[in-house]
Amino acid sequence: MITVSRWRVILVVLAALYGFLFTLPNVLPASVRDSLPGFLPKQTLNLGLDLQGGSYLLYEVDTAALRAELLTNLVEDARTALREAEIDFTGLGVVNGEVNVRINDPTQVEPALKALRESLGAVMATGGRDVTVSTAPDQRIRVAYVSQALDAQAAKAVEQSIEVIRRRIDELGTKEPDIRRQGANRISIAAPGESDPKKLQAIVGQTAKLTFQMVDETADLAQAQQGRLPPGTMLVPGDDIQPFYVVKRRAEVTGEMLTDAQSGFDQQTGQPVVTFRFNGVGAKRFGAITTANVGKRFAIILDNKVISAPNIINPITAGNGQITGNFTAESANDLAVLLRAGALPAPLTIQEQQTVSAELGADAIRAGAISLMIGGVAIIVFIILAYGLFGIFAALALIVNVLLILGIMSMTQATLTFPGIAGLILTLAVAVDANVLIYERVRDEAHAGRTPIMALEHGYSRALVSILDANITSAISAIIMFQFGSGPIRGFAWTLLIGVVTSVFTAVVITQVLIGWWFRATKPKTLPIE
Amino acid sequence: MPWPLIRLLPREFHIDFVRLAPFAAIVSAILIAGSIGSFVVQGLNFGIDFVGGTAIEVRTKGPVPLGELRAAVPAAGGHDAQVQGFGRPDTAIVRFRTEGSNTFVAAEQVKQKLAAKFPGMEFKPPVVVGPKVSGELMSGGFMALGIAMTLMLGYIWFRFQLQFGLGAVVAVLHDVILTLGLLSLTQIEFSMTSIAALLTVIGYSMNEKVITFDRLRENLRKYKTTPLRDVINKSENERLSRTLITGSTAILALSGALFLGGPVLFPLVSTMVFGVIIGTYSSVYVALPIILLWGVKRNDDPAEPLKPASVRP
Repeated sequence: MITVSRWRVILVVLAALYGFLFTLPNVLPASVRDSLPGFLPKQTLNLGLDLQGGSYLLYEVDTAALRAELLTNLVEDARTALREAEIDFTGLGVVNGEVNVRINDPTQVEPALKALRESLGAVMATGGRDVTVSTAPDQRIRVAYVSQALDAQAAKAVEQSIEVIRRRIDELGTKEPDIRRQGANRISIAAPGESDPKKLQAIVGQTAKLTFQMVDETADLAQAQQGRLPPGTMLVPGDDIQPFYVVKRRAEVTGEMLTDAQSGFDQQTGQPVVTFRFNGVGAKRFGAITTANVGKRFAIILDNKVISAPNIINPITAGNGQITGNFTAESANDLAVLLRAGALPAPLTIQEQQTVSAELGADAIRAGAISLMIGGVAIIVFIILAYGLFGIFAALALIVNVLLILGIMSMTQATLTFPGIAGLILTLAVAVDANVLIYERVRDEAHAGRTPIMALEHGYSRALVSILDANITSAISAIIMFQFGSGPIRGFAWTLLIGVVTSVFTAVVITQVLIGWWFRATKPKTLPIE
Repeated sequence: MPWPLIRLLPREFHIDFVRLAPFAAIVSAILIAGSIGSFVVQGLNFGIDFVGGTAIEVRTKGPVPLGELRAAVPAAGGHDAQVQGFGRPDTAIVRFRTEGSNTFVAAEQVKQKLAAKFPGMEFKPPVVVGPKVSGELMSGGFMALGIAMTLMLGYIWFRFQLQFGLGAVVAVLHDVILTLGLLSLTQIEFSMTSIAALLTVIGYSMNEKVITFDRLRENLRKYKTTPLRDVINKSENERLSRTLITGSTAILALSGALFLGGPVLFPLVSTMVFGVIIGTYSSVYVALPIILLWGVKRNDDPAEPLKPASVRP
């Protein structure tokens, strides 16, 4: 206690310095901030939409594209169903928003109807199947989605898109965006701060549908470009190496089977890459395909464009891999975010792009800010009145605590909303609780007749048990809510966790160092709180 | 010299906390019944964050008088009003929630009242906006909270005993029910911020429980033959000064925002103040009585290495 170890002092000084440096940009004018040398932090706190407004995007879910995709899938399902029933057919395709097929043998029409009715579509929540299968003249069969089913699919696509967008722009849950459905199939997105709307658009607007498909090496590229494709293949625009690829239609592995994606650098070339990991199903399938196709190429296709088509040198059974493309460090990072968040169920088209002002009026913000500042000052005054010199030590620790919290929030670009600041005030009050626990313990020990030095020694070690138990409990809840929650719940957990760690550190270690120094300097006979 | 003020607090308290427990149990039972009753009868007043509402883009000749508009929307019947400047100074977006099932008619009425109050204001057709909080967010949040509570119970079980963990969880649930009851009774708009307030209440309450148990555990090891009831009383008297100081720090810190923070902060801060009070109360009068009724294991704890304070030199 009295011998303040050197590493502790270094830790305290470093923490205070860190908090100071990372909080400093918030009080500097922009011109000074820009002229700071490069190694100093420049990021400021990101204030919420309620305090400073931000940028606003309005998107429309492309329901026509969604419909087209549903029909394409229906065509493939019909093809599989008829093949399995061993029925010959011709002219399978989409006509007037319906799947249309001609059955070659008139006697096979009935069995075909039966096979299609059994295997196509799904049961809707409202009852009944979501597709109708009917006959048409000339041995034809029509398969159509009922209109309710299309509406339900569109509504589901909007809901899913909102979740995907939320994960993309607010992975950590601390950005406090405002994402809502508007009308039937539009999504409005407001993100706080002067965040570059172009950057926001790049992340939100991309569908990010990732597939791994085998390259058809036997196909003639020139023929393919004129539309003569081998059956079951498709033509996909390519990269710098090859302008077009003919790939198998079947997607062997898709982006949905990824469990993680990170940006990094290739160990040999040093180029930016995206590494990924498959889930169980994906790993198994990828392993089987790469084992069966050594020496051939597979194409990694993102939003209908080949980003790379590596050769399979060895079977990849470990369930992870990397995508090498024409990436910059930033675009690799963006792709990793997109892959983690998942693909949009349908393309989005941008409708509107605006800036929005703060949700709250300036006078409301001013009144609230003053009232919260009074709260902060009240804590400090009260703790100094209650504990005298030791209260001053606790107040100093509290100030470092505020700097650390604001510094970490600036660094991680977490968004501070008005309610968030009110929560911060309560965090500070709870941080003071650690000091109260220590000082009350020290008082007990001193009243029980211990010498000041022993009272301090025992008080700290005894109180530390309570402090750690209480804060570990809080930390457990924060970590769990961060892990399993999403959106603002995650953000809340993140801020809580920052507060727990900085509070324990400042309230225990900083006051300990300060009291240690004071004790050595004055050699007191009694403690000021006795 | 009265400074530091801590010297004004007596060194020892002798309050029979446990004697009041039966009365507290009755009070808690009444409050819980009232909360559930209010919850069943009128539920929570879910705000625009949860149920969505209507958005109208407006345009004025000069700059939009945002402040006046903010005050006018609630007067025109639009709840949870949000007014934001939108792109240009003469354009703003107004969001609000209306009562009743026919949103379209209600929104039209709000629009007409605003048109009467602000002559020359142009309105775009109202559009329906969905909730800010999606179902997935809520269900995920509840699951996360459930797992977090279970693991906290597990940690307290590991550090203390099972009955401590259950006592803590029951007491925290007591606080959650009462807080929701208060929100239901006052019909304060239940928003995303209310969720944050509720989580804060849970966090503060759990913190109090652990601190309470810690002193009890220590004294149980120190006074192995003293009846549990007396050990509880002794522990609570010993840590009363801490409870008073921490509680008043928290309430003092929030009182600025409570009285001067204005209508934006009031719902949040009043919930937090309520949570601080109820969290302190339930530590003593919900968590500890559960332990008292259930009983604790006394003998297999290792003996306290330090001698009791009374026999110290």
